Amino acid sequence: MTSFAKPNIKLKNAKHNALGLTRHDYEGAMSTLCAGCGHDSVTACMAKAFFELSIEPHRAVKISGIGCSSKTTAYFLREAHGNNTVHGRMPSVATGAAAANAGLTYIGVSGDGDSLSIGMGQFAHAMRRNVNMLYMLENNGVYGLTKGQFSASADIGSKSKKGEVNIAPPIDPVTLALSLGATFVARAFSGDREQLVPLIKAGLKHNGFGLIDVISPCVSFNDHVGSTKSYAHTYKYYHPAVHADYVPMSEEIQTSYAAGEAVPVELHDGGSILLRKIDEDYDPRDRGAAYAQITERAAQGEIVTGLLYLDESQDDMAAVNKLTDRPLNTFPYDELCPGADALIELQKGFR
Amino acid sequence: MNAPDGWTHKDGVPPTDTNDPDYFHKVVDCQWACPAHTPVPAYIRLIAQGRFSDAYIMNRESNVFPGILGRVCDRPCEPACRRDRVEDEPVAICRLKRVAADHKDDITDRLPKKPDQTNSKRIALIGAGPASFTVANDLAPLGYECTIFERFDVPGGLMRTNIPAFRLPQSVLDEELGYILDMGVDLRLNTPVSSMKSLLDEGYDAVFVGTGAPKGKELNLPGRKEGAGNIHIGIDWLESVAFEHTKSIGKKVLIIGVGNTAMDCCRTSLRLGSDDVKVMARKPRSFFKASPWELEDAEAENIEIMVNHSPKSFVVKGGTLVGMVFETMEYTLDEKGGITGQNVTGEVEIPCDDVILAIGQENAFDWIERDAGLEFGKWDMPVVDEMTFQSTEPRVFFGGDAAFGPKNIIWAVEHGHQAAISIHQFCKDRMVTGRLANEVRLSSTKMGMFEWRYSNSFDGAERRTMPHVELTKRFKDLGTEVELGFTAEQAATEVQRCLNCDIQTVFDAPLCTECDACIDICPVDCLTITPDADEGALRGALETPATNTDQALFVSDALPFTERVMIKDENICLHCGLCAERCPTAAWDMQESKIIIHHVEDMA
Ligand SMILES: Cc1cc2nc3c(=O)[nH]c(=O)nc-3n(C[C@H](O)[C@H](O)[C@H](O)COP(=O)(O)OP(=O)(O)OC[C@H]3O[C@@H](n4cnc5c(N)ncnc54)[C@H](O)[C@@H]3O)c2cc1C
Ligand SMILES: Cc1ncc(C[n+]2csc(CCOP(=O)(O)OP(=O)(O)O)c2C)c(N)n1
Ligand code: SF4
Ligand code: SF4
Ligand code: SF4
Ligand SMILES: [Mg+2]
Repeated sequence: MTSFAKPNIKLKNAKHNALGLTRHDYEGAMSTLCAGCGHDSVTACMAKAFFELSIEPHRAVKISGIGCSSKTTAYFLREAHGNNTVHGRMPSVATGAAAANAGLTYIGVSGDGDSLSIGMGQFAHAMRRNVNMLYMLENNGVYGLTKGQFSASADIGSKSKKGEVNIAPPIDPVTLALSLGATFVARAFSGDREQLVPLIKAGLKHNGFGLIDVISPCVSFNDHVGSTKSYAHTYKYYHPAVHADYVPMSEEIQTSYAAGEAVPVELHDGGSILLRKIDEDYDPRDRGAAYAQITERAAQGEIVTGLLYLDESQDDMAAVNKLTDRPLNTFPYDELCPGADALIELQKGFR
Repeated sequence: MNAPDGWTHKDGVPPTDTNDPDYFHKVVDCQWACPAHTPVPAYIRLIAQGRFSDAYIMNRESNVFPGILGRVCDRPCEPACRRDRVEDEPVAICRLKRVAADHKDDITDRLPKKPDQTNSKRIALIGAGPASFTVANDLAPLGYECTIFERFDVPGGLMRTNIPAFRLPQSVLDEELGYILDMGVDLRLNTPVSSMKSLLDEGYDAVFVGTGAPKGKELNLPGRKEGAGNIHIGIDWLESVAFEHTKSIGKKVLIIGVGNTAMDCCRTSLRLGSDDVKVMARKPRSFFKASPWELEDAEAENIEIMVNHSPKSFVVKGGTLVGMVFETMEYTLDEKGGITGQNVTGEVEIPCDDVILAIGQENAFDWIERDAGLEFGKWDMPVVDEMTFQSTEPRVFFGGDAAFGPKNIIWAVEHGHQAAISIHQFCKDRMVTGRLANEVRLSSTKMGMFEWRYSNSFDGAERRTMPHVELTKRFKDLGTEVELGFTAEQAATEVQRCLNCDIQTVFDAPLCTECDACIDICPVDCLTITPDADEGALRGALETPATNTDQALFVSDALPFTERVMIKDENICLHCGLCAERCPTAAWDMQESKIIIHHVEDMA
């Protein structure tokens, strides 16, 4: 914890986005996480992505569960809507919110504990439903907030701070997402913001559920020798396979990419995600092949990162369920809640 | 944490050498800009702690006259102040110096003393201005027998005769000159030196010329002779006012020229009875030579400044001056504001009772015989070495306005320090060019978790406004000092505006875990970690690109995990210490940089 707040300095040559705001306008309260926590880097990347996309802060919704990672919604986009739900319940609250108002931008922030243990069921169903949101899973292999117990993402053989060795097999959110039919599946590292910021932008613009599993080291409980989620380990073994850039409709796609090197994928809003292969052999458009590659490489200790799978052709929850585009809060009360008689009428149809 | 095996320095920009004494010195913009390199932030911190005497002594070591300079310094430090990166107004550095001088205790026992025995070396100093006094201040405590020759019956030079007492009270001058005279300096008043040759014949071991630039520039236009009784040369007129030979002036006064002398002339006129003073400027406002604060103070006294009026002639009727004719001018400017063309659009006569010419000063060395052994060069100025201040006659040294033309007090002081070193070297038969190199000493300011021995939190307060004596009260007496000095509350706020630019961010690359915490916390985005590259690319890699190439870009050693480098734009750093507070491994530390600048006392 820092002793005082970061001052909001108006630099004379600060960059402004299309709304005339600076990046500092996308920040939030002072972080109370441990100095050096990976989650703070992810927070900065999220703020930067919203800034660069010129999203009005009050048109964004931040939802989270419980954990150090989940606390971070307070640390960016101070003017956005937000909800800290009970432990593991972020996906259902986000699902409800997205159903009630499709016009806002939804970002969920969770941890490996919040998502892969207590919230596992909710997490799985949000993917299955293809809720139109970006789900940030800040993965540090431990329950940081409760002082470092192994989480469900801890690798076999990884050592705790006190030297205990994890023996339970890990749940990998990425392969889980692939098997559940998720349409935007990515892995990243809090230490590589060149990769992460564009990924967040692409995920926010993707229509449907986007998952970014961000390895985000816990400096206090899981950054020692023997941990497979430390800075040192991740810097050593992470391997970018596919880079993603979001290109808005207004900008023409740079023709300088050699053919075959970059694949533009057109999005719902007219913009595109430009996939740039770093690893020749990797195909982010083939779910089965992606699954195979990731698991094989993981077996060799390699952490494959980037936008690992993208499918822009699926309908999101709202389309599948024919939900209204119109935010529920804009309906007059008696239209939204037409009364007991109307309910009886409706139920008659199901008899 | 140790660096993993196999990490190496990469090609690209070599890591910054922060042990170079100039590196951190340059970061302290005010200190770097000060000719005498006064350690500004360090003394501001002492003031913040109420240690006024300590702040005074610290100032005095560099600039010798804190009480005087705290009122009238040209303050090159303020336009340089880092505060302007985040707002419009610099820290009121100069007026804080006055706070130290006004509120100190008796410091006489902390001053250098006259030694029990002299070293039998006799130094003649000509002119009792700040330059000579600085030389005496530096040499007398080492045992040199210093004799100052002054043509007037009071010491102080232009500080006494030209800077009006409403800006600089006599008592302040007397006090600070007195400290030096008490070091056993022999002051001979009413003793003009009229021959360099005969002075050299008196066998002094060295001679220092600190006679200033005592001649005001003339304006020879039609009517100059006829109107002479009411046309005055600014610096002579101010001198005659200071000596109370002149006690009044006409109601309507025109001042020709718009430099600092003009500002003193117009404000003095108001105090001698005129009620309509116009300062006549040939060019537009952007070309005014006067410091902005001097213009502001004059305009606050309802002085009118008329631009684009070029003097043409004096109008004399019946033997008395009645006005002046000016050509009205029009200028064409380029985008940078330079004049590309000019045009006379007409003529006006402006009535007046007196005219004061304030268009510049010159040196006068008629008392140095041209066969005295000193070579004279361009503009009939003696040839003086810019580093040693020695003339071509090895025994004769120059300093202050006498050396290279009119400058200001703080430059006179710095010249004095340098000349004192040269004179000492000369008297010891050493190379006069010999100097001790500057040094930098770093010490951590860390006192505990998030605790530093300086106030690191950014204070957004705006510059305090100096309280002035009411307009209705200040004109009756020439000696009424206009500025009242900061109140205790104002001083307490103003000190917090200083960003402590001497508390440096010192980086230890092998400790960094590349977590980016420092980058995210930095309120001005002046840090990043990036692959090493050429300087242009590195400067562009920052969130807010480092465009001011006058300020350094710090480049670290290669980082342990990725061999990338930490870079930092020294230009906009606020020295807030947040990076060091946020860093989990203390790879950043906030360390005070003391720049050691040697004076002659260190050269024994
Ligand atoms: C009107 C005016 C206002 C100014 N205001 C400021 C200001 O606000 N701040 C600032 O920093 N600077 C100011 N200056 C400039 C500043 O006063 C000078 O730069 C500074 O005093 C120079 O110091 P010096 O020691 O070189 O010479 P001076 O101060 O000029 O002293 C030279 C001394 O030598 C004496 N002398 C000359 N010839 C002989 C001789 N042959 N024998 C014996 N004695 C001799 C003179 O009588 C004089 O006392 C101002 C100047 C003027 C004219
Ligand atoms: C219902 C419930 N059960 C247990 C807890 C205790 N608890 C708080 S945070 C947490 C785990 C958080 O882990 P993760 O989501 O990985 O967050 P991190 O702190 O590691 O970022 C647990 C178990 C709780 N707050 N509520
Ligand atoms: S902020 Fe303080 S230390 Fe920095 S330049 Fe200004 S006065 Fe000097
Ligand atoms: S001290 Fe550190 S955090 Fe503060 S402005 Fe400078 S680099 Fe940034
Ligand atoms: S906070 Fe410290 S460890 Fe983290 S990147 Fe900055 S210097 Fe390195
Ligand atoms: Mg966790």
